[in-house]
Parts: sequence; C-alpha cells; structure tokens
Amino acid sequence: MFLAEVLGTVVSPVQHPVLAGEKLLLLRVLRPDGTPAGKTRIALDRAGAGVGERVLVIDEGNSGRQLVARENAPVKTVVVGVVDYVALEGALTYDSRTSAPGG
Amino acid sequence: MYLARVIGRVVATRRTSGLEGVALQWIQPLDEDGAPAGKALVACAAISSGPGDLVHYVDGREGALACPQPFVPVDAAILGFVEEAVARGRRIGAD
Repeated sequence: MFLAEVLGTVVSPVQHPVLAGEKLLLLRVLRPDGTPAGKTRIALDRAGAGVGERVLVIDEGNSGRQLVARENAPVKTVVVGVVDYVALEGALTYDSRTSAPGG
Repeated sequence: MYLARVIGRVVATRRTSGLEGVALQWIQPLDEDGAPAGKALVACAAISSGPGDLVHYVDGREGALACPQPFVPVDAAILGFVEEAVARGRRIGAD
C-alpha cells in the first residue's frame, strides 16, 4: 500500500462493466515525507475521499477483486482509507487538521 | 490504473489463441498536466477507442482479465473512455 494525494476526478461514461457506478479519483503517489513519486494514477474510491485529501491506496489485484466482489474483475488500484496524520521518525510529516487542501 | 492517450493502433492478424478479435492500441501514459509520462505501450482495448481519445488503462495481470478470455498473455488493457479528467481544478487534455 502507499499514500497519495487526491488531485481530482475522472469521468468515464464508457468503460468496462465492472467499473459501472464507481467513482474514479486521479492520484499523485507520495513518498513518506510527502514529496511526489511515480506516475499519476487512477483509483476506485472505497473511502469517500475528496480532492486535496491524503489517502491510503492498495494496488493489488486480489484485494481489488475482493473489494468489488467480482471474480476476474480487472481492478487493482483502490483508495481504501483517508489519512489523518503521518509520523516519520517521530515527527509529523502530514496532519489533515492543519494541512491546506493540496498541501 | 493510469491515464493515457490513444496514439495509434496495432494490427497483428497472426496471434496467440484467445486473443482473436481483440483490438490493440498504442497508448501514451500521461501525467496530471496531460504531458507524456514514460514510454508508450501497446494495450488491448476492452472498449472501443481510437487515436486521440483520452482513456484509462490497467497494467499487469488485470490487463488479461479485461479481455474476453481472462487467461491470455496480456499485460495492459484499456478499461474506459475518459470524458473528463480534472486535476487541481484544471481539465487535463482540454485543447
């Protein structure tokens, strides 16, 4: 699992049937210190996350299929939590109560 | 899953069994600014799409699961057509 920032949303009216009705979020993957890392990703939202929030993301097929409860579903990237705060070596690197959206 | 733009198509009439009739597209992954990110790749298309379209795709084993037959040698598949993608209030790929 990894942490990411929700950058925005993706609207996809024509897609694989397993994704029907799912909210898709555009994510930027983050390092523990909050700096960006890796490719921009798209994930299903299973945590009620909003733009600017820091989220916990799973990127693994069996977990994805379990979450959509469909055998052979081509799903693996799913937002599974909204982060309150992150501590790294004793220091807070992110706090949702003091962080401005997108910060 | 990732955001990409369809940049072309690939025609391969002779292919491994199980992949008959599956469309192959060249796609270029994009970052949150709509700029190319990493190498272009070939993906199977689970939906109808064509050059210029903004799409989302899945890589790895899940690519094969999006094909008509799930046990095929495929590592990327286009899952959906993207009508609108917004990052930090800005539309991606809005020309």
